Amino acid sequence: MFSSLGEKLQETFKRLKGKGKLTEQDVDAALREVRVALLEADVNFKVVKDFVKRIRERAVGQEVLANLNPAHQVVKIVRDELTALMGGENARLNIAPKPPAVIMLVGLQGSGKTTTAAKLCVLLKKQGRRPLLVAADVYRPAAIRQLEVLGGQIQVPVYSSDKSPVGIATGAFEEAVRKGNDTVVIDTAGRLHINEELMKELDLIKKSVKPHEILLVADAMTGQDAVTVAETFHKRLELDGVVLTKLDGDTRGGAALSIREVTGCPIKFAGVGEKLDMLEPFHPDRMADRILGMGDVLTLIEKAQDTFDIQQASEMQKRIKSADFNLEDFLVQLRQFKKMGPLEQVLGMLPGFGNMKKVRDQFQLDERDLVLTEAIINSMTAEERRRPDVIDGSRRRRIAHGSGTTVQDVNRLLKQFGQTKKLIRQFTSMEKGVKKGVKMGRFPFM
Amino acid sequence: MGFVNKLRSSLTKVRRSLAGAVENVVSGRREIDESLYEELEDALILADVGVAAAQEIMSRVRKRVKELRLKDPMQLKPLFKEEILRIIGVEAAPLFLPKEPPAVILMVGVNGTGKTTSIGKLACYFREQGKKVLLAAADTFRAAAIDQLEVWAKRAGVDVIKQREGSDPAAVVYDALQAAKARRVDVVLVDTAGRLHTKTNLMEELKKIRRVAEREVPGAPHEVLLVVDATTGQNAVNQAKLFSEAAGVTGIVLTKLDGTAKGGVVVAVKNAFEIPVKFVGIGEGVEDLIPFHPGEFAAAIFD
Repeated sequence: MFSSLGEKLQETFKRLKGKGKLTEQDVDAALREVRVALLEADVNFKVVKDFVKRIRERAVGQEVLANLNPAHQVVKIVRDELTALMGGENARLNIAPKPPAVIMLVGLQGSGKTTTAAKLCVLLKKQGRRPLLVAADVYRPAAIRQLEVLGGQIQVPVYSSDKSPVGIATGAFEEAVRKGNDTVVIDTAGRLHINEELMKELDLIKKSVKPHEILLVADAMTGQDAVTVAETFHKRLELDGVVLTKLDGDTRGGAALSIREVTGCPIKFAGVGEKLDMLEPFHPDRMADRILGMGDVLTLIEKAQDTFDIQQASEMQKRIKSADFNLEDFLVQLRQFKKMGPLEQVLGMLPGFGNMKKVRDQFQLDERDLVLTEAIINSMTAEERRRPDVIDGSRRRRIAHGSGTTVQDVNRLLKQFGQTKKLIRQFTSMEKGVKKGVKMGRFPFM
Repeated sequence: MGFVNKLRSSLTKVRRSLAGAVENVVSGRREIDESLYEELEDALILADVGVAAAQEIMSRVRKRVKELRLKDPMQLKPLFKEEILRIIGVEAAPLFLPKEPPAVILMVGVNGTGKTTSIGKLACYFREQGKKVLLAAADTFRAAAIDQLEVWAKRAGVDVIKQREGSDPAAVVYDALQAAKARRVDVVLVDTAGRLHTKTNLMEELKKIRRVAEREVPGAPHEVLLVVDATTGQNAVNQAKLFSEAAGVTGIVLTKLDGTAKGGVVVAVKNAFEIPVKFVGIGEGVEDLIPFHPGEFAAAIFD
């Protein structure tokens, strides 16, 4: 949908080549693009206005560094300011020294409170804590049941009763003390911030159990209204932090910026997937890149580090370079690559790829190729994987049949694999000669 | 309370943000100048109309002002109403119900927009018209989604076809359509799991559900309604695009419009894809999901 701010700025600055300084006009032209990019990312319009003003002050009169082009320079200033605006560093949960600590989740309907409550407990459990989930949403049909199911999945006890939400919260606190749960996570009903009666109820819960953390759960896709919502909740309850949900979609998430600016509360967590372990600490710098459409290289690197066993990787590197690199090694690699997550998601984190539909469509196809390739190799015998040379016509037919592909698919894979191997051989022999410009062989699935 | 009045009181905040903003900007101004235009454009963006639509509206307003030689800023307000109506259309886009029942209506959308609740309300809406309704619990993913739908079914006095949590949603739809044919049901409402439009595999699942419906009932699904939360920003445009590609969206249900000052996404989405809004949610009550009429919407906001 949106092209990245980086690209747009490049366009704006194209005619600027050779200039030594950014003039006011240059900066204004660039800032118009920045403004549109931020607005398209749903950053609140008043926040954008102040922000652009600040950038302007910093950018006018900047020397254009020889090794940086002006576009990069402006992007860098914007990115730094954005990061600073969102709080700079990741903010942690305040957990009381004297248990039980009480965490209360509030927010609009459908922002993801119930799911977040469960995800938060998964994180807390990983830290060695013993959380108790509290179902205080007595309004939405089956909300309590939903929390019970989730609690069962993550093996965290769920407390509820047929009392009022306030009664449930106090009851839960006593239960936690009795049973030795050190953290109480209260899931409240979704409510519109304009609903006076329900806001009062939150107030009462707050007074009765004195939460250490009141977290606003906000949908990352929220538009200009994010400010009003956050402001109202904050005025009423004095929020301690924010959880941003549904960040795994393609929203730019400008709401993050608005909420942070208006409430001053740090965003502490981000929901990045439907699975219950997919709640991550929030990183302002990465969010800044995302709002600007600059990809998320750091998360990608971390993901790769998480998935790739370093020792295994270095061994693999040796194997690749050796002459007997075979389809078995290849399969191991393929699986590791797949473990990093959906190809599209991984690519989305690369700068420039983020929102380029065309590239996406192309890689969509390749995601299927990945599955096909794995199926084909899975249908081979160990012998065939180790020595692809033995695969003759009748074996090809059998493999195609077994993997639900065609003989052509099998042929293509074998041919690509052969080429890859040849390229690697060339590459490794050239490595010693230190020649520049040699491209690493492409794997068939890339 | 008359219908337009009710709409008007529910949309107080939208009115304040759109018409009110236009009024605020123009009041006290003597002449129509560049800074006035800029403030008006900002007001539109603030209402979630989106940068593209806002710029389009503004360039047309500028043109009209020149043509009509307007001098008084107060004269701008009716121009805005006209331009917004031009984008969202004057006529209502009613649901298409086939002569030969059952009508199959698929509800799709991202997580947490209010699909299940909307289905509950729609079930009541059809029941009131004397239609026989059947619900299909094809959200087999979210914990307790089936229970939630069953509560609604009881309220509306209609039946639910379900399987266990985690089962194949397309199979649930198949069962529901068989049952609908056997029981001579008028309307089948299919609840699907919320999914982010960027998840390819989940969108494939949606395509499969659609294929099953196509195969089992000729002409089905007769409506594919994308449920959008009115507080959503410009991402609604992406949602509309990708859900349309996967499931062929025929209309939008805009929920939670009573809570937001915005709702400009109506304009943004219509401007980008020509998908009409068919229902709007303006309150928590069962009767608060109402057919959308652009003319009345504009009247409730501007008059």
